[in-house]
Amino acid sequence: MNWPAFWLTVRLAAIVSSLLLVIGIPIAHWVTYSRWRWKFLVDALVALPIVLPPTVLGFYVLMALGSRSPIGRWWESLTGHTLAFTFEGLVIGSLIYSLPFAVQPFAAAFSGVDPRLLRASASLGQSPIRTFLRVVLPLSKTGLVTGFALSFAHTLGEFGVVLMVGGNIPGVTRTISIDIYDRVQAAEYSAANTTALILLVVSFLILSMVYGINRRAWTMGAWK
Amino acid sequence: MTEGPANLPVSSDLEVRIRKRFPHPDGTFHLNVHFRVKSGFTILFGPSGAGKTTVLDCIAGLSSPDEGRITIAGDDLVDSERKLNVPAWKRRIGYVLQDLALFPHLTAEQNVAFGIHDLPFAERRRRSREILRTFRVEQLHGRYIGEISGGERQRVALARTLITEPRALLLDEPLAALDRRTKSHIVEDLRSWNRAHNVPILYVTHSREEVFALGEQAIVLDAGRIVAQGPPHEVMRAPRLETVAQLLGVENLFDAVVIGMHEDRGTITCRLNRGPVELETPLVHAKIGSKLRLGIRAGDLLLATEIPHGLSARNIVPGKIRKLEQRDVIVSVLVDCSGIEFEAHLTLAARESLHLSEGKNVWIVVKTYSCHLMSA
Repeated sequence: MNWPAFWLTVRLAAIVSSLLLVIGIPIAHWVTYSRWRWKFLVDALVALPIVLPPTVLGFYVLMALGSRSPIGRWWESLTGHTLAFTFEGLVIGSLIYSLPFAVQPFAAAFSGVDPRLLRASASLGQSPIRTFLRVVLPLSKTGLVTGFALSFAHTLGEFGVVLMVGGNIPGVTRTISIDIYDRVQAAEYSAANTTALILLVVSFLILSMVYGINRRAWTMGAWK
Repeated sequence: MTEGPANLPVSSDLEVRIRKRFPHPDGTFHLNVHFRVKSGFTILFGPSGAGKTTVLDCIAGLSSPDEGRITIAGDDLVDSERKLNVPAWKRRIGYVLQDLALFPHLTAEQNVAFGIHDLPFAERRRRSREILRTFRVEQLHGRYIGEISGGERQRVALARTLITEPRALLLDEPLAALDRRTKSHIVEDLRSWNRAHNVPILYVTHSREEVFALGEQAIVLDAGRIVAQGPPHEVMRAPRLETVAQLLGVENLFDAVVIGMHEDRGTITCRLNRGPVELETPLVHAKIGSKLRLGIRAGDLLLATEIPHGLSARNIVPGKIRKLEQRDVIVSVLVDCSGIEFEAHLTLAARESLHLSEGKNVWIVVKTYSCHLMSA
């Protein structure tokens, strides 16, 4: 078992899902409440990583981060190195890759909040921001946990984007899915099996938790 | 039309003048109302679909009128000429909906303190406990909304709105689901609260009972327009417009023709539905041959099992009971008087003591002033 790769992956997933909580909530808020006529284009854009081959996504992220792109040059002038083939680059690639897995459960939870509660909050003198913080967010707890857990699990198992953006640098960008690929290439099937099994079990546990809390919310009402 | 400067001595009045049209399954709905509400209870009465809730939504800022002006205590909330539309959360208008919309993730006390979040904790607690006490639900402060009864929820919802010290209070049938006793207790608590605060309270209902029980003023709304306005006993007791009569549930409505004028005694004689029945009714502006509509409330009819004498009532009509039906605590009696059917409402005790049954001969007694004439 390649523990450095394991911990690197867990660290990556934790950072990405936490950042997605911060980035995903405003995006989900906008998606839920915007009445812009072209909103569906944004919906499609957010959902794109679900259907796009990870290599395609990884390819464009790599291009965007490389020293030929403005973003890459800006980062280079700031830090002295490029984003490509770094842990930070992996984080950026994974953020985009797992975005829909956070935004969609968040948005579903927000739109599930009874609009009458929002009206009541407004008539009690609460601004839209405060209403969101004091009514919508607490009532969307299940959706927030679901989005966090799904983006965590999804990042744990990513392969294509990591390979494109991060390459395979031990301790920096070598995640467990890449480790498994390496072991199989080297015909070390038993080592590959151990790692694969751990990934399988962890992913199953996370998904069980997600479905578990959603089922409880379903049978008992979000709040008893 | 331009208006002069606002009346300078600032009153607490709520003035509403709005027009709004929106698509509706039965064609475009036009709302066009203008009214002024003083402090105290004003009832907004009308059938469902009359536009009552839309009026409240516009006042609260949850919906926007197409044009018009809404003013509270001399302060403009909406003025379409100036393109002014104050957002709901800045209006300080209390709004309690029928479904209450209490926050399920908060306790009763947290719900009540929701609108005074800016105050320090101790002050928040003091005020929320105090208003829970006013509404006699202080013992529930730690309970979640799912754990308390319907009547208690209504009290919590009222307390949650009143604690914000609104400049006007809008109540959209918040007590409709409650039994009469609970309702009258809550209304009493609401009245005592308003003795100290003196704000206009606009109370929406479609129950005529509530109009008399609560209102100092009543506004009758039908199909987006105000059809009557004034003290409840005037608006409700002497309907001049048939829409009002139908809303009020005047059970007996007839076509009538004026066949005699008696200016000397202040009455006229009308013949019903061209049939043989003639009734003496109050004098109205009419001529012999005028066609009118005549309404009599079922509760205003008396029944006698023998020809009554020595009565002040001018109208005594013989008939036969066609049908007896018990509804809740009243008995509805259909009496056929030479082809014209009257509906009378009696108490259970009256049915017993008169031994009423179907087919029995009776006499209907109608006071002149129980006959309400409307233009046809």
